[in-house]
Amino acid sequence: MNNLLLIIRREYLTRVKKRTFILATIITPFAFALFFVVVGLIFSYESDDKRRIAVIDEGNILNEVIKDEKNLYFKFVEEDLESMKANFDDKEFDGILVIPEISDVMQNSHTIYYYADDQPSLDIEVLIRQRISSAVRNYKIDQLQFDRKELEALDTQVVLEPEPLSEKGEDGTRMTGAIAAFLGMVMGFIMYLTVFIYGMMVMRSVMEEKTSRIVEVMISSVRPFELMLGKIIGVGGVGLTQVAIWAVMIPSLFLLVQLIFGIDPSVYQSNSPGGGAAAGFDPDDMEAMMALTMSELSNMNWWAILPLFVLYFLGGYFLYSSLFAAVGSAIGDDLGEGQSLTLPITIPVILALYIMIAAVQAPNSSLAVGSSFFPLFSPIVMPARLAFGPPVWEVVLSLSILIGTSLFFVWLAGRIYRVGILMYGKKSGFKAMLKWIFTRD
Amino acid sequence: MDNILELSNVVKTYDQYKAVNEVSFTVPKGSIFGLLGPNGAGKTSLIRIITTITRADAGTVVLNGEKLHSRHPQQIGYMPEERGLYKKMKVGEHLMYLARLKGLSKQAAQERIDYWFQKFAIEDWWDKKVEELSKGMQQKIQFIATVIHEPKLLILDEPFSGLDPINTNLIKDEIYQLKKAGTSIIFSTHRMEQVEEICEYIVLINRGENVLQGRVADIKNEFKLNNFKVEYEGQLPANFAQQFEIIKREDHQVTVHLPEGTPATALLQALINAQVNIISFNEVLPSLNEIFIRQVEGAPSNSLSPQNQSSDE
Repeated sequence: MNNLLLIIRREYLTRVKKRTFILATIITPFAFALFFVVVGLIFSYESDDKRRIAVIDEGNILNEVIKDEKNLYFKFVEEDLESMKANFDDKEFDGILVIPEISDVMQNSHTIYYYADDQPSLDIEVLIRQRISSAVRNYKIDQLQFDRKELEALDTQVVLEPEPLSEKGEDGTRMTGAIAAFLGMVMGFIMYLTVFIYGMMVMRSVMEEKTSRIVEVMISSVRPFELMLGKIIGVGGVGLTQVAIWAVMIPSLFLLVQLIFGIDPSVYQSNSPGGGAAAGFDPDDMEAMMALTMSELSNMNWWAILPLFVLYFLGGYFLYSSLFAAVGSAIGDDLGEGQSLTLPITIPVILALYIMIAAVQAPNSSLAVGSSFFPLFSPIVMPARLAFGPPVWEVVLSLSILIGTSLFFVWLAGRIYRVGILMYGKKSGFKAMLKWIFTRD
Repeated sequence: MDNILELSNVVKTYDQYKAVNEVSFTVPKGSIFGLLGPNGAGKTSLIRIITTITRADAGTVVLNGEKLHSRHPQQIGYMPEERGLYKKMKVGEHLMYLARLKGLSKQAAQERIDYWFQKFAIEDWWDKKVEELSKGMQQKIQFIATVIHEPKLLILDEPFSGLDPINTNLIKDEIYQLKKAGTSIIFSTHRMEQVEEICEYIVLINRGENVLQGRVADIKNEFKLNNFKVEYEGQLPANFAQQFEIIKREDHQVTVHLPEGTPATALLQALINAQVNIISFNEVLPSLNEIFIRQVEGAPSNSLSPQNQSSDE
């Protein structure tokens, strides 16, 4: 077997067989699922705090009608506030709600009073406000003698439906933009994390080899470039393995959790504090949206997106990990000392993340398009744009620049690496690294 | 072909600094050859050139009759002074990996590993992790890794550092056996007593240049200093120190340097006259250590130590 293959095999197998790798790979999706379950349970948890409230409706606005809620019971009383207060029996009631008369129908603010010795909880307060608000609305409609049907007709829900202009354009639905943005965000974020995690892994491993002095033994058998390339490819394989396992496990665990615990995804929106029913998602709408989302997702051109994603992953990974390898070879023993060397690599990665977030909102802005051609940004920015279906020439150009640059960087890193790994003692700076590129073997 | 290795006028420059300057020497086949020199003399640079890790800027290196090429590492076993192993790897897998990188097939590597495990009685080490082994044990593994592909040329850089006397002897025996089997060995060290014991030939490198080379026995003869050691009973005469240059004085032993032309009998005569009871009398041949120090300190220097500055040529 060729030496490069032997090195790749070792770098890959020793990592994949490590207990920490197996645990991290399997536990992470479970941790996500557990988080999902816990959050779901918290949101669907309902107050068990029972309250009975006496209602004094001075202007008869409610017309003796107010619906009870779970754990919340209303009772209309005829007595006035003073006598209620005087004979307040905390066995019978927890609080008194006073709704004053509405003197002027044109007023759009109305103060009601809640008497109790303890503060009402937020959800109760919201619920009472909503109940009374809609009752006041109905009361005003009656007072002003409007027609209810006509009034309802005033509320119009506007739907923007994108349609293709020419044959080439794609026919999207109103969800296309949102789904693409979400998908782009996820992809960009995965790229960001993987470049960081696995690039750092390469760097640490180079440093370990250098400090444990194994490099001296290794390079008497193999060329330094083979050693570096083998490491980069081996660790990259580990990255792909891990991401692939997560890509399968996380969604399937989510589905499983939903089936087992019966958590309705809508709880994440409807029960958030203050949102309540007013958020306006009725369950039917929610279901329709889920269906639409699913059909949108299946409409995506996965046959183009996934391979392109992998290509960008490889390009970005090779580019950054070779930089990390070069820096690792220059650092020596102390990771802390190397901070000043890793910073210039991490800055473009972080910048790319912010550009990616902006690009998802405006995928065809000049910032997004420009960054797609800049090889330090494109591996993170372009995957985020893929879901929006960017023009083919942009993808081709961006990929060619990226692949060309990453090959160049691998070569450059090899030049630095071969000198760096044999330099012991002090940390070397960028000036030294630059010089190493040009030193002869 | 009598020489395994021939270096002629090898030059290696790092930034203006000449690490190796016109070094030439030959290593006879099947010999144990000492590559000596103080720290920073250029030994490691030379070894890196021989092991094809770096390339010489000028000069030629001929290994076994051929100019150095990229497949030569398979014929060389190199144990660097700065050595290490992958700590998390299992001993067996590690040896297998290094053996295969040297071009052995899986079966061949397995056979050799079994052979060495038996030889060192460490058959149960296969599944041990390197980090579980003591430093001396790791050194044994390192040695096996160096010789596993039966190299024609073995380069050992300070092979005994960190080894206890028992393991030192074990490795020493292996070195002799390998030599008997025809392996040529370059032995780099600054521990002179080991060189004297083991090496037949040496080359002494200082500041990138070779200062001295040849057979150990010849060199020692060439560098004898007219020093004599006397073991005696009783007292030395009071004026002995004025008469002779005393180099070393111990309990009932004295080493004396005689100027060129003074016969050894003059010393004896003086002692006999003073009625000193002489137990033994020898000429002291210089140790390689002394030769080494003399050569290194006598050489032109650009270091900061003042006594060296004065001896500039």
